[in-house]
Amino acid sequence: MTVETEVLWLDEHREVSMRELLETSGLREAELLELVHSGAIPPSDRSGAGYQFSARLITVARTACRLRNDFELDTPGLSLALRLLERVRELEEEVAQLRAELPR
Amino acid sequence: MKYADYYAALGVERGASADEIRKAYRRLAQKYHPDVSKEPGAEAKFKEVAEAYQTLKDPEKRAAYDALGSRPQGEEFRPPPDWARQHAGSGSAQFSFDDGDFADLFSRFSARNGAMPGEDFEVPVEISIEDAFRGTTLSLSLSMPEYDASGRPRRVPRTVKARVAPGAVDGQRLRLPGKGGKGAQGGRDGDLYLDITLKPHPLYRPTGHDLYLDLPLAPWEAALGATVEVPTLSGPVSLKVPAGTGAARKLRLAGRGLPKPRGGAGDLIAVVQIVVPGDVGERERELYEQLAKSSEFNPRRHFAAGGT
Repeated sequence: MTVETEVLWLDEHREVSMRELLETSGLREAELLELVHSGAIPPSDRSGAGYQFSARLITVARTACRLRNDFELDTPGLSLALRLLERVRELEEEVAQLRAELPR
Repeated sequence: MKYADYYAALGVERGASADEIRKAYRRLAQKYHPDVSKEPGAEAKFKEVAEAYQTLKDPEKRAAYDALGSRPQGEEFRPPPDWARQHAGSGSAQFSFDDGDFADLFSRFSARNGAMPGEDFEVPVEISIEDAFRGTTLSLSLSMPEYDASGRPRRVPRTVKARVAPGAVDGQRLRLPGKGGKGAQGGRDGDLYLDITLKPHPLYRPTGHDLYLDLPLAPWEAALGATVEVPTLSGPVSLKVPAGTGAARKLRLAGRGLPKPRGGAGDLIAVVQIVVPGDVGERERELYEQLAKSSEFNPRRHFAAGGT
């Protein structure tokens, strides 16, 4: 069976609702709210309709759910792990940028 | 199906306590979890460890696993005919032993009646910089679990075609809703996630939407200035190199990088290298010698001042 399909880009150009973030990640609402409040999953906007998030955070929220399940982490531990992973991601990006600048 | 030695996967004895099993799992998970590990083959290794732990941490599943007996890892085998009836409870008499995975024996085990959502899948995909620039249609051959009418799991080959518009960068993630594993009994289908990386290119080094390119110049081109032809993803362009251009200088060709999904594009950044011919002819040598004699340029002037 061959299927031509819808492709959604998970980047800063698309915003998703709290509901979509919960559905795609498997996190519980209370957990996600705690991660939002701790700053590990920062919303881009809180309008009347509720929180909006960059679609890039779907990847982060899915990682959060995996870490919670696979390491049996509580939410504060999860929040710390996410912040450290984000720091690693930023540093890796910086290393990649510096490497690209170096002549071969 | 092939037998999987779950105790060996966790590195514990068959008689290990629940606590020993949990500790072994945690240690291995920290080492191989794909979200935190950079070890080669970490993902496959973690999958093995997690599969073993899922079964051994549950006393009922562990008893069922133990009842299969101990065999060498990977040995071809079939569960005894009455195994499913004895261990997997009612409603599970129709195990399919032929096309199932070993792990499916135990995942089916805890399956409840009612809607079961399909599994999400994350698939790494490598594309060329040219394809990221022009856009491309991926054709992915995947093996997905599906449940038949009676709820038996089986693996089904599936081809998913996905159009990737121009502008993907290294690390781009894409979500294909509903293209993961099929849900069962009214459960929603899972999603497919693509994790895109760009193949290394002989000329361009991408960072975000920008591309770096080494630009080798002859000493006289760097000194006198020159107009040189530079390859870009949309064809060669002329680049004016100003006189007195030193090595490592960056010359920016605005908008010649990778396109951005919402319009615009990154830059192509040419990094200057001064390249000297390894072998010079007689005439060339004379000219160099003449230059050496008449030039007062001292590139190491700051050495004399102690670097200040």
